[in-house]
Amino acid sequence: MVNMIKRYRGFLIVFACIGLLSIFNRDIGIKAISISARSFVEMLFIIPPVFVLLGLLDVWVPRESMVKYMGEGSGLKGVLLSLFIGSAAAGPLYAAFPVSAVFMKKGVSFSNVMIFIGAWSTTKIPMVFFEFESLGAPFALTRLLVDIPGIIIIALLLAKLGSREEIREIYENAEKMGSGS
Amino acid sequence: MDSYLLYGITIVLLLLSFFKDRKKTRMALKKGWKAFDNILPQFLVVILFVGVMLAVLDPQTISRLIGKGSGWVGVILAAMVGSITLIPGFVAFPTAALILQAGAGYMQIGAFISTLMMVGVVTIPVEIKYFGKKMTLLRNLMAFIFSFFVAYVIGRVVG
Repeated sequence: MVNMIKRYRGFLIVFACIGLLSIFNRDIGIKAISISARSFVEMLFIIPPVFVLLGLLDVWVPRESMVKYMGEGSGLKGVLLSLFIGSAAAGPLYAAFPVSAVFMKKGVSFSNVMIFIGAWSTTKIPMVFFEFESLGAPFALTRLLVDIPGIIIIALLLAKLGSREEIREIYENAEKMGSGS
Repeated sequence: MDSYLLYGITIVLLLLSFFKDRKKTRMALKKGWKAFDNILPQFLVVILFVGVMLAVLDPQTISRLIGKGSGWVGVILAAMVGSITLIPGFVAFPTAALILQAGAGYMQIGAFISTLMMVGVVTIPVEIKYFGKKMTLLRNLMAFIFSFFVAYVIGRVVG
């Protein structure tokens, strides 16, 4: 019980703050809670498959093949695969973090993990279709053409800027964060 | 729509896995659950923040901030609003279309959409848990700066 409260203390604090806010501005407080409730239901709908797939990936795909296709020295193949997997995803960006922890556990290179994160955030295929409809083809295409090289450059820069020690620590942490052993 | 596809693929793979090896499948589900349970408290905090933000920043407020003729100041504001908000795409794009109709420029919308997708101030604590402080801050900072370039190109090409 105490453990539970400790784990969820951030949630409880923010929840209490919204309660306080409601005293001063009822409308905003109620609106905030109802929007949160709606996003929570949405999360419960979208997120379970992501975590089931993550579990299946962890159990079935051997580390050697992940290293071969997406690890250090996987070259263009690894870049394209990371772009593709990130683009085929669904769900908010924060759902990509646990998946990337499993990627790191399986030996995917840091730059490819970052490309995957970039693709998940900007080139998700269903979202791009939606963007075409709402904002028009010129907007969506221009953004894609700028974003794809952009996320690759950012990923490579991040991999360069992290020292070997820092990246090793991130990988060690991923073992714990991913899905345990 | 895309979530149905995702569910379909997940169910097919799960069944395949189940027929091949029940024990492994149980292990996969356990691992998936553990990964979810690990991060659920942070997810809930993010969701509450999103609620407050969307309650304060409705489309009208946003379009007032980045309306017509707001120029580079509008682009900066749009980038800031995009960075701190976390709106699912199916809400964001129609909202952006509305704001465009209300008179915002393409450059501002470009900055808003780009930062909305790439920069997540609210999710920084979650990201730090996985990637550490330095990488998380660097990634968000670079994505923020890059979004101005995206905005500029979109403004040039589309606007």
